[in-house]
Amino acid sequence: MENSENSHAKSHPFLLVLFWAYVLIPLGWGVFQTLKKAMALFH
Amino acid sequence: MSGFFSKERITAGHGYNRWLIPPAALAVHLCIGQAYAFSVFNEPLTRVLGVSQSTPDDWKLTTLGWIFSLAIVFLGLSAAFAGKWLEKVGPRRTMFTAACCFGGGFLLSAIGVKTHQIWLLYIGYGVIGGCGLGLGYVSPVSTLIKWFPDHRGMATGMAIMGFGGGAMIGAPLAVTLMKFFQSDTTVGVAETFIVMGTLYFISMVIGSLAIRIPPPDWKPEGWVPPAVPKKMVTHRHVHIDQALKTPQFYLLWLILCLNVTAGIGILGQASVMIQEMFKGGISKEAAAGFVGLLSLFNMGGRFVWSSASDYLGRKNTYFVYFALGTFLYSMLPGFSGQGNIVLFIASAAVIMSMYGGGFSTIPAYLADIFGTKYVGGIHGRLLTAWSTAGILGPVLINYIREYQIEQGVAKADAYTTTLYIMAGLLTVGFVCNLLMKEVHEKHYMRHDEVENGVE
Repeated sequence: MENSENSHAKSHPFLLVLFWAYVLIPLGWGVFQTLKKAMALFH
Repeated sequence: MSGFFSKERITAGHGYNRWLIPPAALAVHLCIGQAYAFSVFNEPLTRVLGVSQSTPDDWKLTTLGWIFSLAIVFLGLSAAFAGKWLEKVGPRRTMFTAACCFGGGFLLSAIGVKTHQIWLLYIGYGVIGGCGLGLGYVSPVSTLIKWFPDHRGMATGMAIMGFGGGAMIGAPLAVTLMKFFQSDTTVGVAETFIVMGTLYFISMVIGSLAIRIPPPDWKPEGWVPPAVPKKMVTHRHVHIDQALKTPQFYLLWLILCLNVTAGIGILGQASVMIQEMFKGGISKEAAAGFVGLLSLFNMGGRFVWSSASDYLGRKNTYFVYFALGTFLYSMLPGFSGQGNIVLFIASAAVIMSMYGGGFSTIPAYLADIFGTKYVGGIHGRLLTAWSTAGILGPVLINYIREYQIEQGVAKADAYTTTLYIMAGLLTVGFVCNLLMKEVHEKHYMRHDEVENGVE
């Protein structure tokens, strides 16, 4: 455990928000693009 | 360097926040999910030489179709054969290798496009990229199962939802990049491959750097495992090789294979199917919208159904997939005959959500049956079911359809038999799920074997 990168580390809430934003923003963009395309079905 | 990738190095401390693990898994799955959007490259790849239009020396669509098929085959093969290795070396090394394969596969394919050598695309995206898909798919999922013993289904759902979402990012990103790079002398595919390969490599490496495994005997704060294990949920472990000697492995293999084949029945021909079944009522744009809607339900189902399985139980969840799926598939021809487009779309959307749910619930089902210690490797071997369904499913569906049309059946009616066959496959899946029970006592590892590890 002494060689672990996290043996003493506690994760910072900012890091948590940042990391989730890093994956959710592109995912949200992809979902939005697909929704735009899907709307053609209801016109 | 080997220390940097070692399991010891990435073993988290006791205060580590486990909610940092799902985005690490998503960083990988959102990239490799691009595979399902590979078809956006097909049309531009048929005019690499002619640029504005296809020339006789340009690649045909049938030639290009093998790139995706190879990628899916090597996804299954790499996940199956690297199962033991990934359990041994841990998720960081596996995810980093996946990043090199997937990103490198794109770069090699870019050279293939520039030099117009199809075999470089087969080896690049198909073989090497396919290995990246397999390694990148399995490793984060098994890690998440270990971090979320209290919500296994939700955890696997989060990661595998990313695989569904990856196509939603990959498709518009590829289209935007190809538009940006295209000119009078190039269709822009090679340049797009270079940019996407580099972006995906970086993102997957970030995921591999952020991944951690829980310390031995770690449990979520405040969570106490039930003293008496729930039915069909073991606290013990089955070795990866021993799992292959159990009937449960083969039943789960069939369950996944049949669920995927049935889903492909709709997904593979959704656009053409809705236009032909509602002749004149659905435009080409609306049909593309239908495909988009199915993709959204496919992605959403991965999270929603898998999370629900934590409460319903894995076996009951698959009962829902197979029973409701059979019912809805049987109803689709009727909805088409009545011209009831709303019910047709709603049913197809629910079927698609369960197709996605089938992918994301299976690792949690495996962990319940075989324990968590070797679940990554066992999951890898089970993914050969996906490869099989990915190849056999469309072949079966297209063959039946073409045969019927040759026999004089109207195009719209030719779908009826296909849909009933899909319902039949799901009924077989229902029976397989019915036969599932706990693993026999003799297959479990002894306590000392778990402690010391078994090669």
